[in-house]
Amino acid sequence: MPAVRCIELVKTYRQGSQAIHALDRISLDIAAGGFVCLSAPSGGGKTTLLNAIGGLDLPDSGEVWIDGERVDVLGKAALASLRLHRIGFVFQSYNLVPVLSARENVEFVMQVQGVPAAERGRRSRAILAEVGLEGLGDRRPAAMSGGQQQRVAVARAIVSQPTLVLADEPTANLDSEGADKLMRLFVELNERHGTTFVIATHDPRVMAYAKRLIRMLDGRIVDDIDQAGG
Amino acid sequence: MTGLGLRLAWRNLWRHPRRTVLTLAAIAFSNVLLVFMISLQVGTYGLMIDNSLQALTGHLQVQADGWLDDHRLQQVVPDGAALAADLRAGLGLAAVSQRAVAHALLSSEERSYGAQLLGVDPEREPLVSSLPGLLRDGRWLANGGAAEIVLGSALARNLRVAPGDRVTLLGSARDGSFAASITTVAGVFDSGIAGIDRGIAMLPFDYFGETFAMRGAAHQVVIVTPALEHVPEYEWRAEALLPASANLVVLDWDVLQPGLKQAIRADIGSAFFVYAVLVVLVAFSVLNTQLMSVLERTKEFGIHLALGISPGRLGNIVLTESALLGGLGLLLGMLLGAAVTAWFGVRGFAYPGMEELAASFNLPAVFYPQLNLVSVTAGPGVVFVFTLLAALYPALRLHWLEPVAAMRAA
Repeated sequence: MPAVRCIELVKTYRQGSQAIHALDRISLDIAAGGFVCLSAPSGGGKTTLLNAIGGLDLPDSGEVWIDGERVDVLGKAALASLRLHRIGFVFQSYNLVPVLSARENVEFVMQVQGVPAAERGRRSRAILAEVGLEGLGDRRPAAMSGGQQQRVAVARAIVSQPTLVLADEPTANLDSEGADKLMRLFVELNERHGTTFVIATHDPRVMAYAKRLIRMLDGRIVDDIDQAGG
Repeated sequence: MTGLGLRLAWRNLWRHPRRTVLTLAAIAFSNVLLVFMISLQVGTYGLMIDNSLQALTGHLQVQADGWLDDHRLQQVVPDGAALAADLRAGLGLAAVSQRAVAHALLSSEERSYGAQLLGVDPEREPLVSSLPGLLRDGRWLANGGAAEIVLGSALARNLRVAPGDRVTLLGSARDGSFAASITTVAGVFDSGIAGIDRGIAMLPFDYFGETFAMRGAAHQVVIVTPALEHVPEYEWRAEALLPASANLVVLDWDVLQPGLKQAIRADIGSAFFVYAVLVVLVAFSVLNTQLMSVLERTKEFGIHLALGISPGRLGNIVLTESALLGGLGLLLGMLLGAAVTAWFGVRGFAYPGMEELAASFNLPAVFYPQLNLVSVTAGPGVVFVFTLLAALYPALRLHWLEPVAAMRAA
């Protein structure tokens, strides 16, 4: 059973009288434990596909399955629960809560999940150490570098141990060193926990880390390369 | 809301300290105003009621059924003195006294004026009425049935008489005969209430009885209870003490002087309009703050929605922020309001133009606001509720927020 299955996904936006096909009959399977990059120029449909997989945006037609469950037919509450417990999101802008410390940002998600306070404390310390932020838990985002903030965002995304992490241009605001560190972290998490990663990017350095590279253009998959061997 | 949620809400409030302080100041200031104004009203109404009732009406009166409407001389309490004595003993109150009432023409050497004459017990009347204590000239009525009279100040002025002058009274007696007598002015009182000073004169009960052929009967037995809140209890106790055969009723001050409560209700009505405007303005101020706060965090809320945090939970954070803002305003407002009110409660409060209004209710020109649990909590409590209501719309907006669109927000 694939971690992600998309069948004939169609999503069309209207811009005045012009129809823009963001997803044009996209079908793909992503195996559990996969490390996939979606690559496309701006407007190529990679973010739309990511949003459709994560239940943030509904396709006009087609089906989305996560771990064998069809999700495009779920209601808002069920989709929120799916995202909270089974999917981790990492965004281009880190969007941490500025008034909470790094540790509190990570704990906030766990609190919503109903994790007891003591367990939250233990897990937030562990996850921050895992992303290389040991000792920085009490810092607020404004007192952290972009790379550190992105690591907090990653910690927030993976603290609930999701089976699937969706990352949209996660390195866009990072310098090359920061981008490399983040990608190595993703690879490590993928290898250690078997977490499936789907990363939308147009950064060739990021693509180099992917086991599988899917190239999109105008809402269609134009290339699907297995890089695991190389 | 758990500890982290509360911390988050509290810190969110202080993202824009200036905005929060301004909103907080608006809430606290309106709460101070409400505490003070309601306390002032409570104090004023208590004084209005007490002073108005103390002049003549008392808290309760025993009358013949129908006398209040008809005012016929023949509608009497048969043995007023005996009933007053029974009520004094039965109720355990000293402030019980009988009165007889008639209308007559009073004539001096120069002028004649109509007046309401009250036959009063000279010894007991000071216990049920403030008028004997408000003598401007002369003295109060002597005990016994001396042919003397005490006049209101305007009446004395109109008749052009002073203590020691003689006044002729002419009226209709209880038996239908002429009631006529010549009496000496003993004193002149000045109550400050125009209607009383212009139209009331008092005579000894026995002298009144002889003149108007009352044969010991009275028209009112006036009762003053220890405090206004005891009136209902004394009312039913007095009813139980009435002779079964007599056609008598016990009437409370609200029935005897309906204008008083109407005036208070009218004042409360107009005051509540002002309060409502104040509360609505505060609510809009909070609405503005919270709406701005939600709008500028649209992207952040979008991320939270994407992470799987439900709109309801995000709404709870917004409501908690408002509750903290309103709660802080409530505490500050109540504390400052109580302090300001307590200060005026000792020093008194007056403003220009108050004298005339005060005089019409026999009140002093300086008012003393009265702090109590209701006056301190009622206004701020309503403001708090409206603060929460004002946050409902910004909180509900989150339910319509789509994560993707929200995350695209600037």
